[in-house]
Formats: sequence, C-alpha cells, structure tokens
Amino acid sequence: MTEQVFTNCTNCGPVSVYVKDGEVVRIRPLVADEADFRPWTIEADGVKYSPPKKFNLAPMAHAERRRLYSDERIRYPMKRADFDPNGARNPQNRGKSPYVRISWDEALDVVSGEIRRVKDTYGGSAISGLTSSHHNWGIVGYKMGPFSRFMNLLEYTPVLDNPDSWEGWHWGATHSYGFYWRLGMPEPFDQLEDALQNAEMIVLWSNDPDSTRGTYSGQESALWRTWLKEKGVQMVFIDPFHNYTNAIFDKAKWIAPRMGTDAALAMAIAYVWITEDTYDKKYVAERTIGFDEFKPYVLGETDGVPKTPEWAAEECDVQARVIRTLAREWAARRTILSGGARGGEGGACRTAYGTEWARMMVLLQAMQGLGKPGRSIWGTAMGAPTDFETWFPAYADPMGRISLSKLVADFIPVNPTKQRLWRLTVPDAILDPPVSWYGAGFCGQSLEQQFEHFVYPAEGCSEIKLFYRYGGSFMGTMSDTSKWVRMYQSPKLEFVVNQDIWYNSETRMADVILPACTNFERDDVGEFAACGGYTTNSHTGNNFRVIVREKKCIEPLWESRSDYQIFADLSERLGLYDEFTDGGKTELDWVKLFFEASDLPKLVDWETFDRKGYHIINAPEDYKPTPMMRWFAEGRECDTPDLMNPKRGTDKAHELGTYSGKIEFSSESLKAHFPDDEERPVHPKYIRSWEGYLSEGYDRYPLQLLSPHPRFSFHCHYDKHTDWLDDIPVHRIKKDGYAWWPARIHPDDAEARGVRNGDIVRLYNDRGSVLCCAVVTGRVRPGVVHSYASSANYDPLLPGNAGAIDKGGCVNILTPSRMLSRNAPGMTPNSCLIDVEKWEG
Amino acid sequence: MTRLSMLIDVTRCSGCHNCFMACRDEHYGNDYAPYSAPQPAHGQFWMQIKEIERGAYPRPKLDYVPIPCQHCADAPCMQVAQDDAVYRRDDGVVIIDPVKAKGQRQIVQACPYRVVFWNAELEIPQKCALCAHRLDAGDKQPRCSEACPTGAMVFGDLDDPQSEISRRLAALETEVLHPEYGCSPLVLYHGIPRRFVAGEVVLDDADDACAQGVKVVLEGEGVRAETTSDVFGQFEFEGLARNAAYRVTVSHPGYVLRRIDVKTQTDVDLGEIVLTAS
Repeated sequence: MTEQVFTNCTNCGPVSVYVKDGEVVRIRPLVADEADFRPWTIEADGVKYSPPKKFNLAPMAHAERRRLYSDERIRYPMKRADFDPNGARNPQNRGKSPYVRISWDEALDVVSGEIRRVKDTYGGSAISGLTSSHHNWGIVGYKMGPFSRFMNLLEYTPVLDNPDSWEGWHWGATHSYGFYWRLGMPEPFDQLEDALQNAEMIVLWSNDPDSTRGTYSGQESALWRTWLKEKGVQMVFIDPFHNYTNAIFDKAKWIAPRMGTDAALAMAIAYVWITEDTYDKKYVAERTIGFDEFKPYVLGETDGVPKTPEWAAEECDVQARVIRTLAREWAARRTILSGGARGGEGGACRTAYGTEWARMMVLLQAMQGLGKPGRSIWGTAMGAPTDFETWFPAYADPMGRISLSKLVADFIPVNPTKQRLWRLTVPDAILDPPVSWYGAGFCGQSLEQQFEHFVYPAEGCSEIKLFYRYGGSFMGTMSDTSKWVRMYQSPKLEFVVNQDIWYNSETRMADVILPACTNFERDDVGEFAACGGYTTNSHTGNNFRVIVREKKCIEPLWESRSDYQIFADLSERLGLYDEFTDGGKTELDWVKLFFEASDLPKLVDWETFDRKGYHIINAPEDYKPTPMMRWFAEGRECDTPDLMNPKRGTDKAHELGTYSGKIEFSSESLKAHFPDDEERPVHPKYIRSWEGYLSEGYDRYPLQLLSPHPRFSFHCHYDKHTDWLDDIPVHRIKKDGYAWWPARIHPDDAEARGVRNGDIVRLYNDRGSVLCCAVVTGRVRPGVVHSYASSANYDPLLPGNAGAIDKGGCVNILTPSRMLSRNAPGMTPNSCLIDVEKWEG
Repeated sequence: MTRLSMLIDVTRCSGCHNCFMACRDEHYGNDYAPYSAPQPAHGQFWMQIKEIERGAYPRPKLDYVPIPCQHCADAPCMQVAQDDAVYRRDDGVVIIDPVKAKGQRQIVQACPYRVVFWNAELEIPQKCALCAHRLDAGDKQPRCSEACPTGAMVFGDLDDPQSEISRRLAALETEVLHPEYGCSPLVLYHGIPRRFVAGEVVLDDADDACAQGVKVVLEGEGVRAETTSDVFGQFEFEGLARNAAYRVTVSHPGYVLRRIDVKTQTDVDLGEIVLTAS
C-alpha cells in the first residue's frame, strides 16, 4: 500500500516516478535533495542570475502516465490476418488488413524464419531497417544500441539518416565556417553569459526556442529568456509566423518574409553594411577569405541586380525601410543571431536552396565579427555554465552504444555490407530503383563525406526484401509521405516487421507487429539532455547536469518486452544469442558497465548512485567561461571544450574546420568539389524557390505551407498516445468527436475561401490532401498556412489507399520529394505550395 | 500565522501548459481523501489556461492567463453549500469535502470563475484544492507552481517576509481577477491584458528608414500618456480601458501634426500613420 519512488529520464527531462500497488500514480520533475544543487551565478550589469534548484520538464512529460497506459499501446504480438509466410502474403493489403493476436513463440518463429530465409536466399544486404530520429531515453536501450547491434549481426543494409532538422546548416554552413563535427551547428559554449553581459539585440531568425527547447532540455532555458525580457534586450523575430517565443516578447519586432526568400533578406542586409561601411572590415580581412568574390555579387556587379533593400522588399514582401533599419541596428548594436534552436537549425534551412540562407547566417555574423562579445550565433537554448570534466557516455557517442563501445562490450559485431539507403529516398529505392545521392548521412567526420557518392542497389548487393521498422511515424515527419504507403504495399518487400511501443502511423503496414515497452518498464541509465556524438555538450541546455539511474518502475505491460529482450529472443532463434548479448549480458549488466567505464565512479560509488537514483554534477566553483568562437575572433587557439574539433590541441588550433581555416565567403571546399554547381554556388546566392511564390504551380496552389517542429509533442512522441494533449488547442482541437490538427490561416486568405475559425478545412495539392481545423489568426502572414509537422496519427479516410485524404493531420503528405539542390540531398518541407478549402464532407 | 497565496505573473507566462499537465497528473485517478476525490481522465480543468490573442497582423499580441480555483475569502461556493460541504482553512485554502458535497450541484453553478466541475460518476463537485494534501505532508508548493519554468507562478506565505512571493509582490502591482464579483480571491495577478492602441509612424519624405523618436500622446478617460516611436517606428499604449474613447496625437518637428480618435471596442492597431512634411 505504500508508495515507492523511482528515478527515470525522458526526452523531456528527468523524472521521479511514484508507484503504488504496481501502478504508476504520479510522475514529477526529478525530486532531488536541495543540498545536491550548487547553482551557478552569472553577473551582468550589477544583477546576479542563478537558476532555482529544480528541473524543468517539457509539458508532455507531465502526462507521461497517459502515454504509459495508453489505449494505443501495442499489447500483444500481432500478425496480419491475410499474411501467410508459407502461402499468400498479400502485400497489396498492407495498411488495410485486419490483425490477429499471436503468441510470442509464433511471432519470433515467423520473424526469425523470414530473416533466415531472406539471408540465405539473397544475403544480408537484402535486409534493411529504419528507426525514428529519437527514441526513449537511456543509453543501453537507445535505438543506436540494441537495434544496430542486432542488425549488424545480420549484415543488413543500413539506412543513412538525413540531417533533417538542420539541412541547410549541414550541407551549406559547414562550407562557410566548418563545424562539420557538429553537423554545421556552432559550438554552444557560455553564450548565456555572453548574452546577458553583452547583447543589446537578438535576431531570432526562423527560431521558436520556447517550442523547440534546445532538443532534450525541456523548459530549462525558458527562464533565461525571461531574464532577457526583463533586461530589455531588443528582440527581432524573422518568421512567417508570430511564433510562441515571439509572443512572449511583446515589445519585439516581427518581420514576416515570404517563405523561401530569407536569403534575399540576408543579401540586402549585407548590401546596407557594405554601402554604408558598417561592417567589421578588420575581421573580414583577417578572419575570412573570399569577400572580394562575394561583395560584387551583393552590389549587383556580377549579375546586374544590386541586392538593395528595395529589391529585397519585392522578393520578400517586407518593407525596405524595415530591412534597412534592421541592418543598421544590427551593425550599430551588439547583436546576437539566433538561427534555430541549437543556433543552427530553423525551418528556413529546410527549403529549396536552404543551404544559401544558412551560409548567409554565418557570413552576416562574420561581417559583424562573429565570436566577439555579443556577436555570436546562439539559439538561446544552450550555453549555460556547466561541468565539462566528467565524461559520461551519451547515446550518440560510439562509446555509449552497445553496438560499438569497446569499453563495455567484449565483442563488437562488424557489418561488412557496404550498401546504403538514403532515408529520404527509401520508398523510391524500393519502388523504382536505382537511386543515387551524395552524402554519407550525418557527415560528421569530414567535409568530404558530403561528396561521397552512393548508388543503390550497390554492386554485389541485393535489393531490399525484408524491412524492419523500429518505432516512429514517417507519415508525419518525412517528405511526400504517401509514397511510404505505396512502398509498403509493394510485393518487392516480401516481409515487413514493425517493433514499437505504440501504434504509430506505419505500425499497421507491417506483416508482424512486435510490442516493445517503455524505459519505465526496463532498467537503463542516461544523462539529462545529453546526445554526444556530433552534438557534444548538449547538456549546456540544462541549468544542472544530472546523470539518472533509470529504474524499472513496473513490469512490462501486457505482453510487451524491452527492445533488447526482443532482439535477444530473435538472436536465440538465429543462433546468435551469445553474439548479441555479448555472452549473456542483461540490461542491468550493461548499465553497470557503462557506469564503470565513465568518470562517474570518481564522484560516487555504484551502490549510492543506484540507491539514490541520480547524481548532479555541478559547474565548478571556479568556472572559467570560454565563449563560443571568442578564441577565433581574437586569433587564439581554440580554448572551448569542443573535443570533437580535430584541430583543437594541434598546431592548427586557431583555425576553423574549413579548408582555409577561416570563414569562407567563397567556399574552398565547394570550389574543390562542385565548382560549377549553380544551386549551391561557390559563394552563396539568392535563388528563387522551385516551389514558392510565383514559381511553377503557384497559379494553381497560391498558399505556402509552413510546417515547423511542433510545440506540444517531441516530433511524433506523445501525440496520439497522450490524450491530455488533445485538451490543448494549440496541439489539437476537439470537434465533432475528433481531435483535429490545427491549420493557421490569415484572415484575408480565410475570407477569400469562405473559411471561418473552427471550420474543418482540406489542405491540398497534387501530392495529397489533409484535413485540419482552421484557426483564423493574424499571427500568420498572408499567403502562408501554418500547420505543424509531426502528427503521429495517420488516419486516411480510406485505409490502405495511398491517395486517400488523411484526417489525422499528417501535412507532410503535401511536401515535396525534391531536395535542397542537385548535390545537397536535404529535405525541403518548407517549399510546399497548397490551397485550402472548407471541407463539407 | 500562515496566509497562503499564489502570484500569477502573466508577463512571464508563455503558455507552456506545464501547470495544467502537472495538475492532471497529480489528481487523475488519485484519491486524496479527505482533501479531494480522484479527477476523471477528461472533462475537468482545475487549472485552466486562457489564451488571449489581441490585435491584428502584423502586430498581434498573445497572452496566457492561468486560472486555478481562486480560493476566495468570501467564496460563493461556500455560501451555497449545505452541511459544511465547503470550508475555508485558516491558511486560506478552500476545500470541497468530497463526502459531504455529494449531490450538491449548486456548488458548481455558484462559482463565477467557473472553476468547479461536476463529476457525474461520483456525483460530487470538484476543484483545485491547492494540493493541500501535499502541503500538509510537508511539500512546499502545489504541482502547478512546482512545474512552472519561468516563475510565472509563485506560491507561498504572505506572512513570511522572506518568502519568494513576498519579495516578488514588493516590486509588482497586482490585482485580483474580476474584483467586481466581491469574492476576495487569494490568487493575485500581475499583467492581465486590457486594451492597447498601437501603430507605426512613417515620415513621408524620409521613408527609406523607420521613423524613430516621434512623439505620440494618448489622452482620454482621465489619463494622459506619452511615448516615442521605437527604432522600427512602432508605438504602443497598453493597459487601456475597454470601450473607451481616446485621442492619439502624433507630432514631429517639421511635419504636420496628426490627430486620430479611437474607441477601444477592441484593441486598436492604427497601422501606418504617415506624417507629411510641412
């Protein structure tokens, strides 16, 4: 009858879990002993700033109980009723077949049998599998661990993820300032202090940090923006939508350019600085190269088009006087550029030629002395003082994965298969091979990785016959997503497995469904907000660093099993049990091994850590800030804790990661590899979108769809399965017994179409149709419809019909397959023309 | 003495809904007799978040006003309750007794703030009890303020001058929601939106840049306020009365003065006010 308390962690922050009679009754932000917190202090203009001793979750995590016990949980192994592995498979019915419950024995027999058959017939390369971008928290169970370990044993064809949230920075900005080891995002060090001490203005360009939250840090940085507001820092928001961070800063200036024209706006700002001589000439001369090739383009000497504010006003539909004033203020006042939640993201980079905007973000700030006090690129969601000495493995660190970490595993399976798939073109590869692309996925090892050429099918490899889908909902998050339905229904995919915790948009496309459990139902360990890998130090988005012993709170519900257990069970049937479990290791064994391998034993012993459930690592009392790129601006060696910077600690330590070591207005790397590329040119250019204002198709579809990352779900996590979110009208609107996804429309566009607030509307173009609930608001500029990406609810009016209207709100069905540019294979959901009509059906 | 209060600073609220979700988590399915019965999974909003959108493109404004039970000193729910079904503690918390209140629908209807809900299954009225079950067990605050990331919601003891709420209140103007109801709520608000009048000044012969520093005066309803246009030429008067008449005067040396009369039936955005050179 007494309550037990367990510690655990989520994508949205660390939690304390209260269990009574085997049931979770309450989940709170992690309750830690006050004595364990030693808040840092930043002093600025006579004010001392310190965070309170608590953890701040993202809103969804408070409703975790609803998700844990959701009716949408997959309870039992299921098999498609009209699928017989020894007879008729009926792939054409995937998406509309009913399912029957089967036993685990039968499920494991079928799945392992198919794996064996496909491997024996075609080879391991005929097996492929794909995870979601994010998984449930905990490094032992994280998708990069068990899934990869198992699949590598099968010698499968891995799918390369595209750098979705920050495409233009990855494929573009890296060629301006390096940081490829951060996938194009800047180093995040000590920017909160720099902002409080030095910033006079912050330009948030395509950024809603109160909603995107620096990824995994929950609401930790919300207080920082409160500080900036009360300090009176001038805020400017550039966004077609008056976003939720903008809404907090009621004195901010909102500038709403047409979608796809942000690079033009950036060019005009450069024009003002050049013609009015208000840029940092010394910095440009000493810290950059190629300005002499860029400047004539801006002035119109190379193409006859001077990039004046008047010119940009026509392209962007922003008044010339506003552009000119913004440019003047930006130059005259110490201005931080906030281009996306990690400082390098933002919907403006996920659009046609999005590389050009991202490059201009780096170059504009370079013209004002990037790295000097108050002159940084900062998302406002990372960069707090913290500890950098204590190493704890994070999920993306190779040393943090049971598939790769020699620190914890005796045996590491090596996958000899060279064939790859590209996530964005997986359906095209299955349906209409061959496909080819440039880029090794997350190109964090070098700039050259971006230029590696891939062809599928690869020589000596098979086309994919068996597809193992592991969590996630691409219908709501990838591009042109109805092709995923067509892919699943292709007979080329002889067998499809889906392993997930909840029914998501692709679950009912599988032949066999395997029920997995949440991290509350298994043991693990993890650090709050830490990714590692190509985003080291993401815990700077927290007010406090904390490692959490993620304890199993309840037994797996219904017949679900941990992912690790499922793969172990499959391995056993495939004769690979010892290889997969590394000699029979349990999940708790792996937890202890990671603990021992980390620096944590220097601070706390295992028994204490395991009992208490957490360990807070405070910033040192003699903390010495090393602000992002200050070293570079001052001509010194890199002194930040950016350990993945390959030049750090070498004789080139004062250089950036570009070929020249400097900021490149004219890119040496692009010059070397794609000198004639007109779509990602050697120096950035403004290029009109191939699906935008006045482009082809605009006469039929005159509205631009803006689909940013959602505010009340973590991509697809929590939507659909956490029904309390349906009571938040920003997330879904309840009407006629259904929870509709909102679509925000300007009053003029609504009136022209006879649409009123609360009407159900059809968003449509040639790719498909989606039903949403109209929110008529002056918060969106005319000509733009705002509807978040990431609906987890794919709900076609005709299940199994790829062309059916979706009423679940998967607006990604409308987005194009075409990529950033010829040689930059990034997704472009924000180049999407649609129209809207009132739905009377 | 302990005099509990909750300060809600609307200027710090971003509408994250942490408070709403935390309240649901605490009370859904959990019986805290004698303080409160379990909240059902749906249909009750012990913490409501009102989203208020004002103005028009391109200068909309958004505010969020969290509304829990106001724990009134002169609570109408107490007045209509029978058998002492609703009582007020010495520290200010108003509790609906989940046993004694059975069948008393009038308790729901009596609340002008509409923060009492009827549980059809249990046949009782229910509302926020300020997590009194937690306070009495030694916790420092209810779930809502615990979850608030920005300090928009501060809970504490007004009789403790060192408490955070006392310190915050020393520097803030506060009011209660709907004082005309005469309920004397315990909850205090700062920054509840009223009406605004805004606009953008443009100088017709100098429109290559925005018109900063132009004097704008607003008069009416016995008030006179003065401001200057900001660096983007924009100005705003906030906190104005509803359905009131004001005169806005825009003046700048060398330009013809402009006078505009407005009525705040809704928030007024005057758009571009062009001054012609004289």
